[in-house]
Amino acid sequence: MVGIVGYGAHIPRHRIKVEEIAKVWGADAPSYKKGLMLTQKSVPSPDTDTITLSVTAARNALLRAGKVNPVEIGAIYIGSESHPYAVKPSGTVVAEAIGATPEIHCADFEFACKAGSEAMFVCLGLVKSGYVKYALAIGADTSQGAPGDALEYSASAGAAAFIMGSDNLLAEAVDTYAYMTDTPDFWRREYQFYPQHGGRFTGEPAYFKHVTGCAEGMMKKVGMKPSDFNYVVFHQPNGKFPMRVGKMLGFKKEQIEPGWLTPRLGNTYSGSSPIGLTATLDIAKPGDMILMVSYGSGAGSDGFVWKVTDRINEVRDKAVRTTKLLDENITFVDYGTYAKFRHKIRKND
Amino acid sequence: MFPARAHREYPHRYRLEAGQCKKCGKVVFPRRLICPVCGHREFGKVILPDTGKLVSYSVIRVAPSQFTDEAPYAIGIAELTNGVKLMAQVADCDVDNIKVGMDIRIEFRRIQTDGHHGVLSYGYKFVPKWY
Amino acid sequence: MRDVAVVGVGLHKWGELWDKSLRDVFVEPALAAIDNAGVDHIDSMVVGCMSGGLFAGQEHLGSLLADYLGQAGIPASRVESACASGGLAFRTAFMEVASGMSDIVLAGGVEKMTDVSGDGATYALATAADQEYEVFNGATFPGLYALMAVAHMHKYGTTRDMLTAVAVKNHNNGSMNPYAQYPFKTTKQEVEESVMVASPLRIMDCSPITDGGAAVILTTVDIAKKLKKPIIKVIGSGHATDSIALHSREDMTTLRATTLAAERAFKMAGKTIKDIEFAEVHDCFTIAEIVVTESLGIFPAGKGGEAALRGETGLDGKFPINTSGGLKSKGHPVGATGIGQIIELVKQLSGVAENGRQLKKTPKIGLAQNMGGSGGSTLVHILEVI
Ligand SMILES: [Zn+2]
Repeated sequence: MVGIVGYGAHIPRHRIKVEEIAKVWGADAPSYKKGLMLTQKSVPSPDTDTITLSVTAARNALLRAGKVNPVEIGAIYIGSESHPYAVKPSGTVVAEAIGATPEIHCADFEFACKAGSEAMFVCLGLVKSGYVKYALAIGADTSQGAPGDALEYSASAGAAAFIMGSDNLLAEAVDTYAYMTDTPDFWRREYQFYPQHGGRFTGEPAYFKHVTGCAEGMMKKVGMKPSDFNYVVFHQPNGKFPMRVGKMLGFKKEQIEPGWLTPRLGNTYSGSSPIGLTATLDIAKPGDMILMVSYGSGAGSDGFVWKVTDRINEVRDKAVRTTKLLDENITFVDYGTYAKFRHKIRKND
Repeated sequence: MFPARAHREYPHRYRLEAGQCKKCGKVVFPRRLICPVCGHREFGKVILPDTGKLVSYSVIRVAPSQFTDEAPYAIGIAELTNGVKLMAQVADCDVDNIKVGMDIRIEFRRIQTDGHHGVLSYGYKFVPKWY
Repeated sequence: MRDVAVVGVGLHKWGELWDKSLRDVFVEPALAAIDNAGVDHIDSMVVGCMSGGLFAGQEHLGSLLADYLGQAGIPASRVESACASGGLAFRTAFMEVASGMSDIVLAGGVEKMTDVSGDGATYALATAADQEYEVFNGATFPGLYALMAVAHMHKYGTTRDMLTAVAVKNHNNGSMNPYAQYPFKTTKQEVEESVMVASPLRIMDCSPITDGGAAVILTTVDIAKKLKKPIIKVIGSGHATDSIALHSREDMTTLRATTLAAERAFKMAGKTIKDIEFAEVHDCFTIAEIVVTESLGIFPAGKGGEAALRGETGLDGKFPINTSGGLKSKGHPVGATGIGQIIELVKQLSGVAENGRQLKKTPKIGLAQNMGGSGGSTLVHILEVI
């Protein structure tokens, strides 16, 4: 039996409202808010990047993991499309910061918004095979949308970390499934600052096809149907897509809602469904079943079926809850501050 | 910044590793080779606590070039729960509402970037302890 | 130890000296000091300079400056203790004469600070703080003194008014100093509306970036008598250090190195603070003057600000501080500052301070306090007319 021994999230403190971005670009805020089902997004300050978010999320995961000694962690994988270096791993910094070096395997993953769940998938496999005792999987991003692009309203920042192991689990990974095709709906070429996307091509042939394909394949593999799950967590590029895909698959709003954070968080890319899972675990009861389906452009989905154990009650408040990070102690910034924070202002240097 | 200079400080900056005098118990951060209290030369390794209180602060308005994107930013000296004092930026706070005695927590942050091409330097900052 | 006296001083107007190089800035006052002393040679030379390397790309200053002073061949050295480099040069020269190693020694100080950008100057100055544990984390020099100010305000109730009083008083004194960089008077309103640099310190709480040099000639009292000069004797010299990182100090509302250096100087002089009639102190920031006057024992801890506000440190006050205008108005060419302070003592003790800033009753004994960084080093000297 393998699964999650500890989990933790981190979300930066700053937010920007859809209205504030729309004002700058002359867009109609009410229609954007309705169309994206999103009111605001998180904004990282200049001292926050994928590495710092990962460290804080990993430290929270260690708090919930209890007796795991960091040196027992045999692998660390960080999934992100915003690794601070083009060449030089993010994972080594995180491993060093949590005291898990030097006997540890490390790699940085990239698969658009699926890189975080990819790390989770691989970590479970390594633990199950017995290659490592514990493995740390992180999904983190400080994602960027081009100024004025529709993505600018949603591209946000956050991280979730999971320590996978084979004993002392708080959630068992009942099974996993993956579904992937070559579908270029969103990409960023080398040396380009902002990603490009295929507009409406990102919808039906991309997000909806892969998420439904993966969810159905996952449920079939474990012989379960939507009503067998207490909760479901989907990748959430905006507020609307996960609700719509849930309805298409036959899930109820109540099953989706605890992990449906995008309306007030934005799209944290590689952090999206992983952070949704942390918020769901925060309120789950022993015995609850959770379906998780990520999505990464390019394109593919990873599916997980989680069964929550009794240990959840002991550990959920050993670290800060995700909704607390999401809803409390937040500060709204104006577009000027956001532009400065995100290095959108050209300077001499 | 040449990478070796930052690299040797990682135990302090990443993990808050300090030295503790094996004779008198004095905790020194950063580590030293000789105890400033009793002159003993053997130290054990301890990890500093990650919470404390601000004993002073200032809001920097005129910043050196490597910090101009963050101005105005606050710096402060905090006394951690074990009595050790250290200086760091006070991040994630309303700079007009910082107070002496404020409870802080230490978080891992990016400190300097060395322009667009250098090695990124990470370390500790204080943030208000709000939970 | 032989008795030592200051027999010559040399200064030029400090400021942004765009047409003068590092060597010019030093040689001009050094020649003036030699002329003023009336000596036909010097046996050796000690120059205080904080960072010729970072400010002007020039090290090896002892030889360079001795050569351009027309003294190639003499033993010449450069000493460094950040902003206390000038004070350290004076002490080193004093020890050389007192020990009998040399008879006539030039003690100088120089800093050429405007050959780099403001950012370059900030960087160079910040090397006097703890590079890895203060500067790395975003501390600036105004920021470090601001940390002291906030702690002092919190502990003792020191107020904005008190900081302002220091700036207004020093500019008033400096307005009478023909060598000052900023010889203008200022007002409470101007100070309190000036640009915020590092809260609570505003630009008018800060000493400026300055090009400047200064030099004095030290010799034995016996030789001074032969030169038929008034005998201004160096009766006390104290030097002390402290942690350069503010957070490593037990108490950042006091300056331990200043207290220790003063104790040592008083012990050598056989005097106490009660015997001192006036002082030049290191007011790199307004809060520094307040904390220094407390650390020297002129005022009790926590009472320096009130004393400044009541006018006790003005020209007519009971303990005049910084009659020259201090670093605030006169300028702060870091390596030269400590020598500049000695020159003001010599002028006041000789009764020749210019333009009405001469103390009404010509003093007999004065003290100079010069410190490096945020107080990590301090030099205290006591001079007496005999
Ligand atoms: Zn000890």
